[in-house]
Amino acid sequence: MLELRLHGRGGQGSVVASKILADAVMKGGKFVQAFPEFGVERRGAPVFAFVRIDDKPILLKSKIYTPDHVIVLDPTLIESINITEGLKDNGIILINSELPPSEFKFEGNYRVMTVDAKRIAIKYRLGSKASPIVNTAILGAVIKAIPVATMDNLIEAIKDGVPVKIEENIAAAKEAYESLIKGE
Amino acid sequence: MKKVLMGNHAISYGATLSRVQVIAAYPITPQTQVVELLSEIVANGELEAEFIKVESEHSAMAACIGASAAGARAFTATSSQGLLLMHEVLHWASRARLPIVMANINRAISPGWTIWTDQNDSLSQRDTGWIQIYAADNQEVLDSIIIGYKVAEKVSLPLMVVLDAFVLSHTYEPVDIPDQDKVDKFLPPYNPKIKLDPEDPHAFGGLTAPNIYMEFQYNHQLAMMEAKKVINEAGKEYGEITGRYYQNLSPYKVDDAEYILITSGTVAKTTNIVVDKLRESGVKIGNLRIRTFRPFPSEEIYEILKDKKKIFVIDRNLSFGNTGIFFQEVKASLYNTDIKVPIFGFVTGLGGRDVTPELIEEIVNYGMKKEKPEEEVIWMGVKK
Amino acid sequence: MFKPGKKIEFKSAKEIPLTPTSLGDMTHNYTGSWRNLRPEIDYDRCIDCMICWKFCPEPAIYIENDRPKIDYYFCKGCGICVEECPVKCIAFEEEGK
Repeated sequence: MLELRLHGRGGQGSVVASKILADAVMKGGKFVQAFPEFGVERRGAPVFAFVRIDDKPILLKSKIYTPDHVIVLDPTLIESINITEGLKDNGIILINSELPPSEFKFEGNYRVMTVDAKRIAIKYRLGSKASPIVNTAILGAVIKAIPVATMDNLIEAIKDGVPVKIEENIAAAKEAYESLIKGE
Repeated sequence: MKKVLMGNHAISYGATLSRVQVIAAYPITPQTQVVELLSEIVANGELEAEFIKVESEHSAMAACIGASAAGARAFTATSSQGLLLMHEVLHWASRARLPIVMANINRAISPGWTIWTDQNDSLSQRDTGWIQIYAADNQEVLDSIIIGYKVAEKVSLPLMVVLDAFVLSHTYEPVDIPDQDKVDKFLPPYNPKIKLDPEDPHAFGGLTAPNIYMEFQYNHQLAMMEAKKVINEAGKEYGEITGRYYQNLSPYKVDDAEYILITSGTVAKTTNIVVDKLRESGVKIGNLRIRTFRPFPSEEIYEILKDKKKIFVIDRNLSFGNTGIFFQEVKASLYNTDIKVPIFGFVTGLGGRDVTPELIEEIVNYGMKKEKPEEEVIWMGVKK
Repeated sequence: MFKPGKKIEFKSAKEIPLTPTSLGDMTHNYTGSWRNLRPEIDYDRCIDCMICWKFCPEPAIYIENDRPKIDYYFCKGCGICVEECPVKCIAFEEEGK
């Protein structure tokens, strides 16, 4: 079983991202479960979303405490909360940032990857320049870093799960897929 | 069609497929996305239904009572304090023998102010005369609404489908949405013998003197007992159409088990993982999930428990001054039988406290070590 | 002045309806026995306006040959007709006199 944790801020679409990812994973034939932090969410405040992926039906209904990988939709969160809490050894930390992975230092044995999802989102006019919606872009990078679904699966999931600018969201996901920087 | 759905939306789809005709709901906290999606579906014209916004949960149920009495298929959804506010009219709905189906998202009761899960809201409605079904995943939530109408209309009793807050209500899982024509074949339109009808006027809810009141209660009880059979029959018929079978009980590896965990709701799913793990180390253990709480399937439970050594009941609820409620019910239903084995009552997971596989394993370890329970309520995971 | 009405008696749970619906009517319940004052219409002064018929809440006033008539089996003696009659032709008499 693979467990992922998404870090974002309220209003950035992390929960929607977890749902679209779950849909893509299901379309790829795996079993999946996605859920938000259980509780109240506020715009701007740090929020979490979680995804479980397995080859067999998922019975586990408790929370995720030790994720295999984390995905950070907003790089400013790294300063304000401990995004590596419970993260398993050798886990991927995928960050939305224009900086290369080498610019990020974490205590522990992790694989840092980055993708400039913000730039891509602005390019395709997703959200506004001040607060771009990066969730579909970052998913393109997620499936490249963690191959739990194919790009075709993701495109189908975006078509089903995004209400507007479907073509732009797909293009953003594709560009992010190609521009993921894996670090060393 | 398979779709990734949160539990709340699984309910909305279940109600839509059941072709409900009247939805009455109070749209503010503790309401959930159940009726939000339903209001969109009705507004889009995808469901021919009357959506009534009311000023309280009490009024929501009152509107459902009126609609159901007029012969419409009525639906509402609520949670925690909202369900508690409905309490008076819940009795009315069941004694008027109206087959309303309601979804209740199990949320703990305030104060302290809470939105997280436990079962005390629905279990407080134990004696209202409603059928209560506890679901364990989102697929079962959707299916239980559809089967719920079939059962409710067959025995003329209202039925509550209950699911854990967040663990199901806000969790996305793949759900198979059955075809409408399959559901239509399974669930024909509701057609009561007597309804509010100007062409055939009747007086409803009239004075019922002591010479006759008791007979109505007797018939209500007979209908409840009949429901035990009807739930299993309807669950089987639904299985023949969809491949998903539902019964009063959902046993897991109980046949050769010496020890049985008794669970309900989502805790049961996590418990199955623990059962598998313990079996690998040679412990003969099984999990009996109770789906139907009212009517309580005592006879079926007896059949499963009769040759076991120890029974561990996990309650995500508590009756203050006594014990966990499923524990009481299990004990009471076995008292006049030949089963004389120790039954342990564990209370855990209140107010959304996470129930992890580790915690369930701890419960089993505790029970295995002790010859018999030393306390009426064995608190697990509480900071004493 | 006893008059038998329609009273439904159920012998067992098998005979009763699903829910307390149409358990019978109240024609066996002679509310006339509640009355201690008895309204009497003075037909010489009555203008047949039927105001009393309209106002009687029981209703215990019916129309016979275009004139209002009081059904004393059911008249409770509330006095609304006495109060409302525009020509004051309905008077209360004490029962038993």
